[in-house]
Amino acid sequence: MATTRIIAEPGTPFVEITREFDASRELLFRAHIDPDLLGQWLGPRATTTTVDHLDARDGGKWRYTTRGADGNDYGFHGVFHGTPSPDGIVQTFEFEGAPGHVCLQTVTFEEQGGRTMLRQNAVFQSVADRDGMMASGMEQGVNEGMERLDELVARMASLD
Amino acid sequence: MSGDQLSAVYGALADPTRRAILTRLTEGDANVAELAAPFKVSQPAISRHLKVLEQAGLISRRRRATARFSHLEAEPLREATVWLARYQEFWDESYDRLDALLARLRNEHSG
Repeated sequence: MATTRIIAEPGTPFVEITREFDASRELLFRAHIDPDLLGQWLGPRATTTTVDHLDARDGGKWRYTTRGADGNDYGFHGVFHGTPSPDGIVQTFEFEGAPGHVCLQTVTFEEQGGRTMLRQNAVFQSVADRDGMMASGMEQGVNEGMERLDELVARMASLD
Repeated sequence: MSGDQLSAVYGALADPTRRAILTRLTEGDANVAELAAPFKVSQPAISRHLKVLEQAGLISRRRRATARFSHLEAEPLREATVWLARYQEFWDESYDRLDALLARLRNEHSG
């Protein structure tokens, strides 16, 4: 499988993630803005994500909750800026456990020879916000084994 | 580790000279003159860097004979990398699941 690369320079409020996919950018884009599809992949394997609403247009709102391995629900919401398209998605992102700490995310899709490079940029309001968010907000649903292949196969089989 | 402590650690790590000092200290304790040797900066400048590192808990300093030796404290560094590992895991696992979903969508489309 492709490698997820994360760059988070110390002392900056930025995080950049890159990941290549064996798919067209249109399909990859659809997986990001179709509520049914987004709920099927977002979050670690031990979590369940439910998309409450996702209005993919300029000024449209989105919200989803993620149920962690601990059984607790974590809410996230934001607003799209500009019309989301296969060129890219710009949105705000706010973890409801830390209201007022808003992050600006830009996702772009660059297709080449049938494969697509996804680039995700996040700009936090401060260095402390970035480091704090990562220290607290991402704790749920980790400590899982790395046996993802079994799970993926099971998922795909159950969908047939 | 609290958010404030994390910020202090990351603030300390934001400077390339300070990162180089930490790298040097992985080889063993050193005094200011030894730490200043590879750099084109004065010993007082190195001392200021050491103070920042000490306040962030990344080094401790102890007096031996007439010189003060800096010692690397590894625990805050280890803790500071934990969040990055968690973030990595979040997106790693999400994107692996997305791979599987995309494969299924492609098959549906072609079939």
